[in-house]
Amino acid sequence: MSETLLKLERLEVGYGAVRALKNVSLEVKSGEVVALLGANGAGKSTTLRAVSGLVKAKAGSISYANQNISKLNPTQIVALGVSHSPEGRRVFPGMTVLENLRLGASQRTDKENIQADLDRMFEMFPILSERKTQTAGTLSGGEQQMLALTRALMNRPKMLLLDEPSLGIAPLIVRQIFATLSELKKTGTTILLVEQNVNIALNLADRAYVLRTGEIVLEGSASELRANRERVAQAYLGGATLHDSRAA
Amino acid sequence: MNLLEYSLQQIINAVSQGSMFALVAVGLSIIFSLLRLTNFAHGDMMMVGAFGTLVMQLAGVPFLLAVLLGIVISALVGIIIERIAYRPVRGAPDVTMLLTSVALTYILENLGILLFTSSPRNFPLPDWMNASFNLADGRISFTSINLLTFGLTLLALLFLAWFVRNTQVGLGMRAAAEDLTASYLVGINVNTVIVVAFVMASSFAGLAGVLWAAQAGVVEPHMGFTPLLKAFVAAIIGGFGSIPGAIIGGFVLGALEVLIQSLPSEWGLGAYRDAIVFTLLIAFLLFRPGGIVGVKQEVKL
Amino acid sequence: MKYSRLIIALGALLAFTLLLPNILPQYFVRVLIVMGINIILVSSLGLSNGFTGVFSLGHVGFMALGAYSSGILTLSVTKKLAYLPNLPGFLAGYNLPFLPATIIAGLLCAVVAFLIGIPLMRLSGNYVSVATLGFLVIVNNVLINAETLTRGARTFTGIPDFTTLAWVMAWLVVTLVVLSRIAYSPFGRAMRATREDGIAAQGVGIQVLPTRLIAFTIGAFFAGIGGALYAHYLVSFSPATFYIAMMVTQLTMLVLGGQASLTGATLGVVIVTILSELLRNLERGFDLGFVKLPAVFGASQIALGLIFILVMVFRPQGLFGDNEIRFVASHKNNKPKV
Repeated sequence: MSETLLKLERLEVGYGAVRALKNVSLEVKSGEVVALLGANGAGKSTTLRAVSGLVKAKAGSISYANQNISKLNPTQIVALGVSHSPEGRRVFPGMTVLENLRLGASQRTDKENIQADLDRMFEMFPILSERKTQTAGTLSGGEQQMLALTRALMNRPKMLLLDEPSLGIAPLIVRQIFATLSELKKTGTTILLVEQNVNIALNLADRAYVLRTGEIVLEGSASELRANRERVAQAYLGGATLHDSRAA
Repeated sequence: MNLLEYSLQQIINAVSQGSMFALVAVGLSIIFSLLRLTNFAHGDMMMVGAFGTLVMQLAGVPFLLAVLLGIVISALVGIIIERIAYRPVRGAPDVTMLLTSVALTYILENLGILLFTSSPRNFPLPDWMNASFNLADGRISFTSINLLTFGLTLLALLFLAWFVRNTQVGLGMRAAAEDLTASYLVGINVNTVIVVAFVMASSFAGLAGVLWAAQAGVVEPHMGFTPLLKAFVAAIIGGFGSIPGAIIGGFVLGALEVLIQSLPSEWGLGAYRDAIVFTLLIAFLLFRPGGIVGVKQEVKL
Repeated sequence: MKYSRLIIALGALLAFTLLLPNILPQYFVRVLIVMGINIILVSSLGLSNGFTGVFSLGHVGFMALGAYSSGILTLSVTKKLAYLPNLPGFLAGYNLPFLPATIIAGLLCAVVAFLIGIPLMRLSGNYVSVATLGFLVIVNNVLINAETLTRGARTFTGIPDFTTLAWVMAWLVVTLVVLSRIAYSPFGRAMRATREDGIAAQGVGIQVLPTRLIAFTIGAFFAGIGGALYAHYLVSFSPATFYIAMMVTQLTMLVLGGQASLTGATLGVVIVTILSELLRNLERGFDLGFVKLPAVFGASQIALGLIFILVMVFRPQGLFGDNEIRFVASHKNNKPKV
C-alpha cells in the first residue's frame, strides 16, 4: 500500500510565455487520496493535464509506477491505467449515456468484463441507468458529473485524476458523489483530486498540497491541514503578495 | 405525359442525383468533423476509384471484382494521403490544412494526367448496367445505373449508420468529432479513428466515382472536381460536419438541380445552375452557417 | 533624401525594361512579362490572404472579370462586329485605349469585390475560403453563359496585344508602391491585428469588417489590372483560362514566398516561375545523345504541388513569413511589431 504510484519532480509547464507550473514536485502513494488545493489559476488543472499528457512538460519528470510517462501521449497514458475526469466534465453531449460509458472502456483489453462493469456503474448511480439511452447533453450538471466519473472508471483505473467534481452541482449530489469516492477509496483506487471546496476535499483526502501561482506553497496530511485552517487560507492567498497567473 | 408521370420522372432523377451527392458529401463531412479539414482532395478519390476500376477491367478482371478493387484502391490512396500529407499538418490553422488539400488535388489530378493523359477514356460497362427500364409506355424511364446509384448509396449509408453506433471505432469517430480533447482523455485511439474515417470516406468517394463514370460513360483526371464542389455545397447546406446533414444536403441539392433544369427554358436559368447553387451556398454560409440540421459551433478549449 | 534609393532603383528598372526586349530572346521577355503580371496578382492576393487573414480563393475570379472587361472595352469596332455581334449598343460602338480600359477593369473588380465583400467578410477561416471559391465558380459559370459579352466557352479572341514589358513593369511598380504604403501604414497594422485576433482587434477599436473589406477591395482592383494585362498579353483566352489551375499556381507562389510579405510574394513568383519554366522544358522530354527521356506531361505540376505541400508541412509561414527586404528607408520605422 505504501509504494509511490505517481511522482512529479521539478515539473515546469508553460502556455506560450506564461509559466503555469514552476518547479512542482509531488507524489501520490498507491491507494492514497491526495487533494490539490488552491485558488483559480493556481495551476491545479494544469498539473492534472500534464499527468494525463494533454500538455507537455518543459522540464522535470512525471513518473507513474516507476515509468517515466512525460513523453507518452494521452492515449498511452490512459492505457497504463490513469483516468482523467476533466474540468467541465466534457461528456460527449450528442452521444447516449451508454455510448459515453462504452467509450470510457476504449483502452480495455478484457472486453468480456465490460458488461459487468457497466452494470456496476449503473448500480453506483441508478439515475444513469434510467437515462441510459438519453444523450448526455440532456442530463443535469450533477448527472453529467456522475457520467464523467463513471466514464473514467470504465477504464478500471489504478489512478484516477478528478478535476473539480463538485463544481456547479447541487450540494445533495455533491454528497452522493463524494460518498461514492470514499467507497472507491476503500477499494484501493488511488485518487489525485483537484478541488476548490477545501472542506469536502480534506474530508476525503489523506494528504493535500496547496498551489499558488504555479508553485506548491504548502503540503501536509489532511488532518494537519484540517486543524490548521488559517495556514491553508494564508497559503491560498499568499499574504500580501497576491498575484494570479491565470494560467490554468 | 401527365403531371404525375412527369413528377415521378423528376423524382427519380433527383433521387439518383442526390444519392451521388450524399455519398460524396458524407465523406467530406466526416473528415471535416474530425480534423476541421476542408478536403479538396476528396473529389479525386472518385477519379482514383474510377481509374482503378478501369485499369482492373483492362487487366481482364471481371467487372464487379474490378469495381471492388477500384474502391479498395481509393481507400488505400486515402490512407496514404492522410499519413503523408494530412497527419503532418494536423492541428495546424484551418487554412494550412485547406491549402495542403488543394495542393494534393493538384498533384493527384496531374498524376492522373501523367498516367492516363487528360483526354477522357471510355468506361466499359457490362450490358446489364446499361439496361434501362420503362414505365407508363416509356414516359417514365430509368437505367440500372440510376437504380444502383440509389441502392448502393442506401447500403453504404446504412452501413455507416450501423458502424458509428455499434463499433468501438465508430463510437470513437462520433466522440472525436464532438470533443477531440475528451476523446484523448478517455483513451480513444484517435489515429485509428482518423485512418478509418479516411478509409470510409475514400471508399464512398471511390464508389461514387465508379457510378459517376458509369453514368457519364467516360473517365478523366478532372472528373472529381465538379462533384466535389457540389458535395461541398451539399455538406454545407446540410450542416458541415454532420453525417445526417450531409445526406439531407445531398438530396436537397439533387432535387434543387433537377428543379432548376426543369424550369421553362425561356427563363434561361438552366445554364446558370452552378451559379444558382453556389449563390445558395454563400447564402447558407451567411445566414445559416450551421446548415439545415443546425450544427453547433465548435467550442474550443 | 529618403526616396533616392527608390528613384535609382526605378531608373535602373526603366532602363532595363526599355533595353531588355531588344537584347533578350523573345522567350525571356515573355517569361518576364508573365512574371511581372504574376507579381501584381500574387502581391495583391497577399493583401487580403496574408495581411488580413481572409483567405480568398476567388482572386482568379476578379482576374477573369478584369481580363474580359478590358478585352471587351479595347476590341476594335470591326472585330466586335465579327466576334461579338450581339454586344449592347453602348459597348459596340467604340473602343478604348489600353490605360483607361485597364483602369476601368480594375475599378469594376473593386466595385464587385466591395459589394460581395460586405457579406463575405463576416465569414471566418474555412468558410470565407469556400465562399470565395463559390464566387470563382459563379464567375466561371456566368462567363460561359453570357455569350453576348464573352463568346461563352469558346475562345475570346482578337484582343489587341498591348501588353509590353514596359507596361507590366510600370503597373508592377505602382502595385508594389501602393501595396507597401498600405501594408505598412497604421491601416496595415489594423489589417494584421484583425488577422491575429479579430476579437482583440475589436477591443482596441479596430473595425474588423471595414478593414477586411478595404483590403479585399484593393486586392481585387489589382487582380483586375493583372487580369487586363494578362488578357492583352495572351490575346485570346476562354473562361477555362481563369480557373482552378491558375488559382493553385498563384497560391503556390504566395505560400512559398510568405503570405504577409510583399518581398515574399515577389520572390515566390520568381522562384515558381523559374522552377516551372525549367520543369516545363524537362517535361517535354529531351535527348541526351545516349539516353532519350520521354515527355512526361503533368510532371512539372506534380513537382510544384509537392513543393507546396512541403512548404505547408515544414514552413507554413513561407520563406519570408512576415518579413520584408526594404528599398525605401522611410518604411523601416513602420515595421510592425506583432
